[in-house]
Amino acid sequence: MSIRPDLAVIAGHVSPGSRVLDIGCGDGALMMALREKDCDVRGIEIDGDCVERCVSQGLSVVQGDADRDLADYPDRGFDYAILSQTLQTAARPDRMLDELLRVGTRAFVSFPNFAHWRTRAALMFGGRMPVTRAIPVSWYATQNIHHVTVKDFRDLAKEKGARIEREWFFAGERQLGRAGANGRAEFAVFELSR
Amino acid sequence: MTLPDPLPLDGGGELSRVEIAYETYGALDEDRSNAILLCHALTGDQYVASPHPITGKPGWWERMVGPGKPIDTDRFHVICPNVIGSCMGSTGPASEASDGQPYAMRFPVITIRDMVRAHVGLLDALGIETLHAVVGGSMGGMQALSLAANWPERASRVLVVASTSRHSAQNIGFHELGRQAVMADPRWDQGDYYAGEAPDSGLAVARMAAHITYLSEEALTEKFGRNLQDREAKTFGFDADFQVESYLRYQGSGFTQRFDANSYLYITRAMDYFDLAEEHGGKLANAFAGTQARFCLVSFDSDWLYPTAESRHVVHALNAAGAAVSFVELTAPHGHDSFLLDVPALDRVIGGFLG
Repeated sequence: MSIRPDLAVIAGHVSPGSRVLDIGCGDGALMMALREKDCDVRGIEIDGDCVERCVSQGLSVVQGDADRDLADYPDRGFDYAILSQTLQTAARPDRMLDELLRVGTRAFVSFPNFAHWRTRAALMFGGRMPVTRAIPVSWYATQNIHHVTVKDFRDLAKEKGARIEREWFFAGERQLGRAGANGRAEFAVFELSR
Repeated sequence: MTLPDPLPLDGGGELSRVEIAYETYGALDEDRSNAILLCHALTGDQYVASPHPITGKPGWWERMVGPGKPIDTDRFHVICPNVIGSCMGSTGPASEASDGQPYAMRFPVITIRDMVRAHVGLLDALGIETLHAVVGGSMGGMQALSLAANWPERASRVLVVASTSRHSAQNIGFHELGRQAVMADPRWDQGDYYAGEAPDSGLAVARMAAHITYLSEEALTEKFGRNLQDREAKTFGFDADFQVESYLRYQGSGFTQRFDANSYLYITRAMDYFDLAEEHGGKLANAFAGTQARFCLVSFDSDWLYPTAESRHVVHALNAAGAAVSFVELTAPHGHDSFLLDVPALDRVIGGFLG
């Protein structure tokens, strides 16, 4: 099974045998990849159909709302806390980041970069909220309530005292270099520690 | 099977010569590692996938248990014991005490943990050290949680459907209504009715009230609405004019054919006393500290008897204890009884979790 490039990068950089919490685990694609690496992996997902699919495949997934339910997890209960394509849907991304770095020794965060040139162009020349490959849903239906850019995220990490261990950028399936990433990357992945 | 040792009870004292009636389905592996303990609900019994000896009706979870079913008896050895306090062969208030007379109200008040202690006695006698899983819905789920909390090494997987870690005031209230209906029947006679007629009308009323709590308003409306029973118009009397009345009367009287009124008192009491956190210093997470078992909890959106919030409460405690837990709220229209009815998503979740 081929998985989304941001998930592939995360799966490739989690040490085998780790304890992992995948927040917003969706249909469990990343969890399955991590299970292959003998990780003890747990998931949180808000969508009941997704949870049912995960549990049917033998994955440990709790149906819940990460904004509320992360608080129940003990400090440093996991080697990694992963938030893939979910930060921008959180009620308070800043608090979510705190929670990630509380429950996990390290965290992976991936998100669509709102400063991608296509997004900028749509707004600048079209004058409307962008609907792009990376942000495919109209403004009124999207779950992305806190759009964020690569620069914004770096600022937030700094503000929160989080160290950026590694970062990866993608345009579609293609991995990009760090240079000009804020304009060129559709997706970003960060590995953080504190 | 008669347990070799007297059974210590939470309420003090012990119960001797404890008889456990049970059914098994599927073969036990040579290394005894494929056993599943299936715990039944309040008025359930051991006939999970075989015809009931009194009513002749199919087993109560035949859609879930059998060859090729989600709880696959081609792969698993399913053990379903009748709980103590019940009336289908395990020791209960209708059983003979040492003086040769039925215990009746001399039977000790038991708890969910006492029931599970008896199950563990059965597993010991059967030589089953570790269960592949313990599974239960409703009161069966309470037993599964109690086993996980008190005998954590005995089950690798714990599956709890439409259940709770404690009885709420509303739960206790409905049970008290049922008990008072039984005890208000003059034939109850302080429980000493075994030589004569049983308090069937009281027990039927208890069952009717309870049955309403097992269904959602939507399910009742869908099934009966305001339809009249075999008549064109209201009779301006107190016959069962409405289909829902006729249905509940039928459920009530059918129940008295197969269930003992005193058992109903004792088992509802055990459920009311159930509070897993209280047993563990007031903190539910303590009940599961250090557990190595994997858990799966399932609730139904239309279940107002043990609503989703109760399952979530358990899930939060399991998360705090660092346990591997799955939880899903399934959409089903039937209320609490959804766990017994046709909900394909439940089949998939159970099959997937048991592996």
